[in-house]
Amino acid sequence: MKIENLRDKTNFSSPLGVGGSLSISITKSMLTTDGKTNLVVCAEIQDNELLCLFGHSGAGKTTLLRLLAGLTKPDKGRIVFNDTVWFDSEKKINLPPQERNVGYMFQDYALFPNMTVEENISFGQKEKNKDEVNKLLELFDLQILRNQHPAKLSGGQKQRVALARALAAKPNVLLLDEPLSALDYEMRLALQHEIRKAHELLNTITIMVSHDLQEVFHLASSVILLKNGMVINEGKPADVFSKNYTQNYYSFP
Amino acid sequence: MLDQDFINTLLLTGKLAVWTTFILFVLGFPVAYLLAYKKFWLKPVVEALISMPMVLPPTVLGFYMLLAYSPQNTFGRFLVEHFNTRLAFSFQGVLIASVIFSLPFMIQPLQNGLTSIPKSLREASYTLGKSKLTTFLRVLIPNMIPSIITAVAMTFAHCIGEFGVIIMVGGNIPGETRVASIAIYDEVQAMNYHTANQYSFVLFIVSLVILTLVYSINKKTTPINL
Repeated sequence: MKIENLRDKTNFSSPLGVGGSLSISITKSMLTTDGKTNLVVCAEIQDNELLCLFGHSGAGKTTLLRLLAGLTKPDKGRIVFNDTVWFDSEKKINLPPQERNVGYMFQDYALFPNMTVEENISFGQKEKNKDEVNKLLELFDLQILRNQHPAKLSGGQKQRVALARALAAKPNVLLLDEPLSALDYEMRLALQHEIRKAHELLNTITIMVSHDLQEVFHLASSVILLKNGMVINEGKPADVFSKNYTQNYYSFP
Repeated sequence: MLDQDFINTLLLTGKLAVWTTFILFVLGFPVAYLLAYKKFWLKPVVEALISMPMVLPPTVLGFYMLLAYSPQNTFGRFLVEHFNTRLAFSFQGVLIASVIFSLPFMIQPLQNGLTSIPKSLREASYTLGKSKLTTFLRVLIPNMIPSIITAVAMTFAHCIGEFGVIIMVGGNIPGETRVASIAIYDEVQAMNYHTANQYSFVLFIVSLVILTLVYSINKKTTPINL
């Protein structure tokens, strides 16, 4: 769906996000099942990219998202969004998550059990705006669930609420941690569409953790391939997953 | 049939329990928060100290409290010199001892309640721009109501049932330190079994009601599943 069409349909006159580019250059030691490894990532992410982080578990995908969100502190390096320094180990800058304004969707969705669907979404807003909550409810097809509590929702419904809540804050960057892994195949296909919708509406960077090739090809404009904390390839999905690299990636040591 | 002395003793018992619970709630929440979410190397020692009243004879704590209150020692002398107060055998003295002695009953349920809330809920709130205080008030507290009720009820019940520390620190002064548990002991010594029975019955019923409340709440709630 074209971006313009989507906005017409939902009465969002302008994109929710401010847009911008993200420059990452960090190292972080992490503990995996194979022992200690270092996560080393250097990347420039352009405005409006939908980037997939692809790799086995323990490759550092979730850690990288947490570093970007400010939930985990890198050992060294810099993270800069537009002109704002989020992290700089030399200058001792480390913006807390509250000031980075990222939308983070957790693997378990982390919906607040004490709030209804509507309250979860409006909790994400910087300024209360009932009109916008209604638009988000409509966009993600949640109107009839607005007064339900998360415990009553199915996995796919929770995922849509989590997306809507993340968007309500109008984040600079949208971070999605394996958003579809807990869902069955058909639900995945349907919700890939919701993710694209969220990305287009936000009109800024979306970074998504995935280990599903189909998902990467369907959604991503670019992909970073991680293995044991190292970036082993990056670029367009078709280039990254050309025969050589895939063989290399899946080869056993 | 109920004489004034009986009513006064029960009112004093209630007053001590209410104050103890209130003070511990205010003091205990920040402590429980630190113990639940922060790592520091002295943490096991702090946790052990807080739990000490559960294993220590009340007389041990009472003895140390008396020593501390004594004007011959620093803390007691400080109080006499600056506030002209002696804490031994006073309501305030009993209250302080009672607060210390009920620490684990407030802090442990609160700490358990806080740790049972998935970390991602706090982090989600932070990424949505909410401060730690807002997160505490709007995300953490509403999702640990059963733990809060348990903490308050257990502290209150434990305080009503406390005997050893109070008799050590407060003695048996009517209207000041003579709470129901002390009065029972005193009446039995004086062979007033009827009065002792009245006090005992009230304490029995109050404690039973409180514990039943706690168990019915804990049965109804299931752990948070996201």
